Amino acid sequence: MKKTTSPAQSGSIQATPSSSDKRDLPADLASDLNAIDPGRRRALLAGLGAAGGAAAAGLMAPGRAMADPANLPPNVAEWSQVLGPGVDAFPYGMPSKYEKTVIRRYVEWLTATPESSINFTPLYALDGIVTPNGLCFERHHGGAAEVVPQDYRLMINGMVDRPLVFTLDDLKRFPPESRFHFLECAANGGMEWRGAQLNGVQFTHGMVHCVQYTGVSLRRLLEEAGVKPKAKWLMVEGGDSAGMNRTLPLDKALDDCMIAYSMNGERLRTEQGYPARLVVPGFEGNMWVKWIRRIEVGDGAYMAREETSKYTDLMPDGRARRFTWEMDAKSVITSPCPELPCKQKGPQVIKGLAWSGRGKIARVDVTVDGGRNWHQARLEEPIMSKCLTRFYLDGWEWNGDPAYLQSRAIDETGYVQPEMAALQAVRGVNSIYHNNAIQTWRINPTGEVENVRLA
Amino acid sequence: MSVWRNPMKRLTIAAGAAAVLVFAASGAQAGERMFPALGKIATPEQIKAWDIDVRPDGAGAPAGSGTAAKGEPIYIEKCAACHGDFGEARGRYPVLVGGHDTLKDQRPEKTIGSYWPYASTVFDYIKRAMPFGEAQTLTDDEVYALTAFLLNMNDVIDSDFVLDASTIGKVEMPNGDKFFEDPRPDAQPVKVADLCMKDCKPEVKVIGRAKIIDVTPDKGGAKAKAAAKAAEASAPAADAAPAAAQVAAAPAGDPEAGKKVFRKCMACHNVDKAKNKIGPSLQGVMGRTAGTVDGFKYSNAFQAAKDQGLKWTDENLAAFVAKPKDFVKDKIGADKGRTRMAFAGLRKEKEIEDLIAYIKEASGE
Repeated sequence: MKKTTSPAQSGSIQATPSSSDKRDLPADLASDLNAIDPGRRRALLAGLGAAGGAAAAGLMAPGRAMADPANLPPNVAEWSQVLGPGVDAFPYGMPSKYEKTVIRRYVEWLTATPESSINFTPLYALDGIVTPNGLCFERHHGGAAEVVPQDYRLMINGMVDRPLVFTLDDLKRFPPESRFHFLECAANGGMEWRGAQLNGVQFTHGMVHCVQYTGVSLRRLLEEAGVKPKAKWLMVEGGDSAGMNRTLPLDKALDDCMIAYSMNGERLRTEQGYPARLVVPGFEGNMWVKWIRRIEVGDGAYMAREETSKYTDLMPDGRARRFTWEMDAKSVITSPCPELPCKQKGPQVIKGLAWSGRGKIARVDVTVDGGRNWHQARLEEPIMSKCLTRFYLDGWEWNGDPAYLQSRAIDETGYVQPEMAALQAVRGVNSIYHNNAIQTWRINPTGEVENVRLA
Repeated sequence: MSVWRNPMKRLTIAAGAAAVLVFAASGAQAGERMFPALGKIATPEQIKAWDIDVRPDGAGAPAGSGTAAKGEPIYIEKCAACHGDFGEARGRYPVLVGGHDTLKDQRPEKTIGSYWPYASTVFDYIKRAMPFGEAQTLTDDEVYALTAFLLNMNDVIDSDFVLDASTIGKVEMPNGDKFFEDPRPDAQPVKVADLCMKDCKPEVKVIGRAKIIDVTPDKGGAKAKAAAKAAEASAPAADAAPAAAQVAAAPAGDPEAGKKVFRKCMACHNVDKAKNKIGPSLQGVMGRTAGTVDGFKYSNAFQAAKDQGLKWTDENLAAFVAKPKDFVKDKIGADKGRTRMAFAGLRKEKEIEDLIAYIKEASGE
């Protein structure tokens, strides 16, 4: 691709939100919160002051420290001369101490209590498509249950020929399968419906992760129990202190779901449902019940709290969509982004992630001029169904003028990731869930990158 | 001798059929098991204990009953600390009552009365998940009564309406008919072939900036935390000295075991940070005067305790966590009101000792 020129007349910021925008911004999210108490948030803002914005601009990103000449040629660095720690100094290895800022992060004002809350995956710091286990975002409804593996049981009951109880060992003795899938919370981007609110890709898009799951096909377990002919629905229930439960349609359960006991080759992490969780590829994360303890087979939907009062999408006419399970195609540029500013003019590789709950990603387009001109991105293998796909736009030269970066994903069904205006025209601004709008990052002349909303 | 199975064969055939004839042609209905050695038949007792869900038609509703009148005192004792005396909610906990005709508003208020489509969901959720941090401790009668109370507060049923397995499926919710099936994909104005790639629009106009909104937590974490602390409360430094003296007294319990006991408390109390949750922070609590955590709105009872100079000694704390209500009545005074703490109390002496040992260790100064 040739060098792209910046838009001539797009340099000025033409509008900023009014003070009422600030008060009305949605933070309702998915959680157990109905509306943010504006007074509390103002207090928080007063404390944050001007520092919040500057810090969020990526000035604290790793790798910005000055180099020490003593470690550079022609000198020989100390680590090249002395012995390092021996084997087994760290029986379970951890990331380098220089990467300690790469962690999940939490938005404190979002929810009432951390036991029923969510944090965010640091997408800006990750390469490829696999999320390391310790960085997969967490969403709990009653804290992370600490299940004793030998006391773990999975029950299947209801409209079956024979109700069964499985131990963890039983599950592991079935023929296993391993697959890569993304898991996205339906509320990912839920704070951005009314305007650009959070200044970082970790916060705007970090309720997603992608790992390789290993487990047993749910279809196989249901076959063991023998599903009665009139059954249509499953109620899936966690063993946590929220007894988190959802209704799952039987056809999905028989299609590609699994009960997973491993992620990325090791046993599930506690916060991801140890020792076993449900995997529902392409469907909203809330249905991927963690610490799963029971599956009831029935002929009617269960209408649990999490599929009626939450995870339903309120429309402008006051009615609400229910059973909005599938995650629409979506993409985001993960570098540059507010956490990773452009340090220098000249060549930049634009990196991003795309995914769809309906299958494989077919194409991703990238613009650097706010959608005036688009360029087809390079997709990196492997490209798998209901899995993150990595894309790059190589060879862009940034000349220091303001630039507006966006990506739009197209999946194999022909679905095109929409602009926010198109979503709002149908859904208004109060639906909280399933925001898959195109994201804009503005690169300022200083190289700082910020989250902006375009008309 | 060994037997060779081909477990993948049936799955493959069934998966092919599933795409068109999902329910009828499923291999899931096949008669015999492929792995009879894996898993045991669930006994009726096991199923009865775990099968707690209730469906909209009332299927699964257990024996027992309740009315709003019976539910009110239970609600005040076990729920009001977070949800407020009238379901209006404290802090950012969910509002349960009101919000009628707000669903088209700028700020819709989604409550049981204004939004929830089924009465069964209220029962199902309370039974499995409430009170927060003490799940599955309520009797079925209590759950019926609480459900009836919340429906009554939302003007859905009368105060003498008897909610039970035969009536719960018949309650009509105000917003029950306002839900419809997912129509997506939507917001698709163009076909892929028609997507514009060149000169698609004349100009780029910014209409919003996250930087101006400025609610992003500091990436380093320190500033956001400092701000949150400033916005909430900090432990009173004046009480640090007596706390130290107290900690020096012989610790009887096991702090490790006490950490587990503390799980019953953590929904409402922080112990190692100054931030108040629905209950006051316990940081530096040992030796401190009751009712003195900055920024926490105390009940009348604990405002009185502060005036009386009640100190959180080992003995007082042990008595309080054993029987919170009796402690307030006996120690502070029956006329001084009640504690808002919904916790019923710890029965085992050992648990209390362990808990106090843990609080001493974790609460520091």
